[in-house]
Amino acid sequence: MSDAGNRFRTLLGHRLFWPVAVLVVMLAANTVYRPGFLAVELNNGHLYGTPIDILRLSAPLILVALGMTLVISTGGIDLSVGSVCAISGAIACLYISRAPDQDNLVTVLTALAMALGVALVLGAWNGVLVSVIGIQPIIATLILMVAGRGLAQLIAEGQIITINSGPYRAIGLGHLLTLPLAIFIALAAALLVAAFTRRTALGMIVESVGGNREASRLAGIRSGRVVFLVYVVSAACAAIAGFMMTANVSSADGNNTGLWVELDAILAVVIGGTSLAGGRFYLGGTILGALIIQTLTTTVYAMNISPQTALLFKAVVVIAVCLIQAPAFRAKFRRRRAGTPPPPQSSPQRQKEQVPA
Amino acid sequence: MTDSRPVLTMTGISKSFPGVRALHNVDFRLLPGEVHALMGENGAGKSTLIKVLTGVYGIDEGTVTLDGEQVAFNGPMQAAAAGVSTVYQEVNLCPNLSVAENIFIGREPRRLGAIPWGEVRRRARQLLARLDLDIDVTAPVGSFSLAVQQMVAIARAIDVQARVLILDEPTSSLDAGEVAQLFRIMRQLRDEGIAILFVTHFLDQVYGIADRITVLRNGALVGEYPIAELPQLALVEKMIGKELDVLELMEEHPRQSVTATEGGSPLVQVSQLGRRGSVAPFSLTINAGEVVGLAGLLGSGRTEVARLLFGADRADRGEVRVDGARTGLRNPVQAIEQGIGFCSENRRAEGIIADLSVRENMILAMQAARGWLRPIPRRRQDELVDRYIKALSIRPANPEMPVRNLSGGNQQKVLLARWLITEPRLLILDEPTRGIDIGAKAEIQKLVVQLSDGGMAVLFISAELEEVLRLSHRIVVMRDRQLVAQLDNDDTVDADRVMQTIASGTEREEASR
Repeated sequence: MSDAGNRFRTLLGHRLFWPVAVLVVMLAANTVYRPGFLAVELNNGHLYGTPIDILRLSAPLILVALGMTLVISTGGIDLSVGSVCAISGAIACLYISRAPDQDNLVTVLTALAMALGVALVLGAWNGVLVSVIGIQPIIATLILMVAGRGLAQLIAEGQIITINSGPYRAIGLGHLLTLPLAIFIALAAALLVAAFTRRTALGMIVESVGGNREASRLAGIRSGRVVFLVYVVSAACAAIAGFMMTANVSSADGNNTGLWVELDAILAVVIGGTSLAGGRFYLGGTILGALIIQTLTTTVYAMNISPQTALLFKAVVVIAVCLIQAPAFRAKFRRRRAGTPPPPQSSPQRQKEQVPA
Repeated sequence: MTDSRPVLTMTGISKSFPGVRALHNVDFRLLPGEVHALMGENGAGKSTLIKVLTGVYGIDEGTVTLDGEQVAFNGPMQAAAAGVSTVYQEVNLCPNLSVAENIFIGREPRRLGAIPWGEVRRRARQLLARLDLDIDVTAPVGSFSLAVQQMVAIARAIDVQARVLILDEPTSSLDAGEVAQLFRIMRQLRDEGIAILFVTHFLDQVYGIADRITVLRNGALVGEYPIAELPQLALVEKMIGKELDVLELMEEHPRQSVTATEGGSPLVQVSQLGRRGSVAPFSLTINAGEVVGLAGLLGSGRTEVARLLFGADRADRGEVRVDGARTGLRNPVQAIEQGIGFCSENRRAEGIIADLSVRENMILAMQAARGWLRPIPRRRQDELVDRYIKALSIRPANPEMPVRNLSGGNQQKVLLARWLITEPRLLILDEPTRGIDIGAKAEIQKLVVQLSDGGMAVLFISAELEEVLRLSHRIVVMRDRQLVAQLDNDDTVDADRVMQTIASGTEREEASR
């Protein structure tokens, strides 16, 4: 048993084992409930099916969560991402709605560039509040979270801006190589952030600042600049997510675009294994976390769980995921099953029984 | 001396961490009314043994009995409730809570479900009075010196009707007077029948207070000895398990390279550098290849001088020249650009990044200097890291292990490596040997000598006068946040003379000639 057993234990001990297990269990449960759940079919050169939908719908959350991962890694948090989604969506839609030809590609690109530019300014605002002025991140970004909704309303003059622009809609609903374009955008963003952090020394420096800011400063790291940078990156990610959200429905609603997305994003980051206390971050884990959350949402709809209980259902699953992931909880659980403390080396057998299904 | 039955017995204790066997089949016993010193090098397993005893870690093998009953604590709280209290090396208090709150946190007296704060404060004052400490118990703990914080931690520990009191390097941040005060309290508690387990790196202190000694080496038990049967030299041999070649080498070396100063050119010159509320303006020249020792009591401004020279604090007056050219040292980045490195005395808060690996911690300063856009190629990293792990004999020699899993001495070596990799011209070492075992200490001292022979300037700060005397070409004495004297370390300078200077503060540079 030793070799296979050891390998099994290594697998169990892997950081991403439990999130993957949860995702698999959720997909399996759906398939049991509705056998066609995993079916994907090719229609008009486009792939359709629930798995594709989950990927497409999770794209904005993945984007927001990527930026959030870096912010959280520095020991901060960015509550303003939802508002930034709404503002950037509103600016883009407003510009397009006033253009003579909404299908003009240049018009759309100009709109995106403008909205992205404003988002960068908003990110810089957060960054200055946190790194220069030294306001606690949760408070600093709360300001923009609240004020940003008002700003989005102001831009849209209290209306829902509706547009009819082919190129813009493509951001949310377009296809490329049989798959939704949104998936590629999220994937590109993930690869970009990964390259940006792991191919350079930025990732290590971010983790270092999050792990111990004063020690990092004394090692010659300009901690302030790093902190500033992650808030700007976070806002940029949120802006692109905002384009997707508004493109999906061809309209921008200052009140509802990206509503509560900051909470889902934080959750995705935590499920992915990055500590809220800062330090090590895991981009792969974050993406997995976002997929889990979207799968959960889809499951709620697919299983016809009534809207009144949907959030509660979601909450229960999320609590379960977090608990299963916590080593302290697993140890306690194991000890109780084993009977008296202290636990002997637990066998893989016992751990296997524990997989919830 | 005491022939009574042991209050605490540990038998056949083994404990492993991933990649490290921290303890292997260790026996340990503690008699009531004794001070028992637990000795060993860094990484010998002292801290692990204590943490296993108090339930911070689980035990892989072996048993613990308290008063003849087998126990297995699931944490320090449970251990404390059973009468086994611990005061850790690094003070574990909540700096933002008041002294009284810290003493009673987790076990506040209750009256009708509410906490009677008046009683809490009164009892806190009583406890502290027992330790001869008269401070405001409503003030936050963080506002007091480390030494006072340590006393508060002890007060907290003995309030729990302790039968066993564990002091893990309680003296490493205390000055001589405070150590004496602590020892008086330890004797008082011992005479009350409390068994005290005492861990320290200061040999003199062991012989000043301990009744018996248990020695660990590489996670295994070497032996248990009454203090009278183990002379100091024998103890050191048992701890490091080899002939004292390193130490003897050090002894032969002292001050031989003083002559090197003659040829040294001024590297860093500061004139009237100062910072309000931190250190009075001082002037100092450090030459290439020179070891400048900084002596003075705790709180005399030693660390403050170092921080100004590194730009960790910003000077509000004065002028700095490096290689004769005027420059600013307004922040660490600028200091590093000028080839200055700084190992803080506060390893945990200002040194290591606990989450990151040994490798990442080592290359951090070099990487920061290059900027994040120019990552150090992985092969170059591995090369550098391997070289310094070998050169400084860092254990365990695993570059990918999180640095938090290393013992204090090895963490210190990692920090040294971090700066050595940047090839600084001036290395500022603030208490580099504090809380470090004698073997690692000798290695670090030897390294300082080698570095200065190689042309590096070193500013060496230490509370241990002997160490400063042995290594320095020149000794700068601080007193009450002022630089009071600079002594060339020639035959006329000895510990007494430096001590007198520290005490009187009158000796001047001119007078030393």
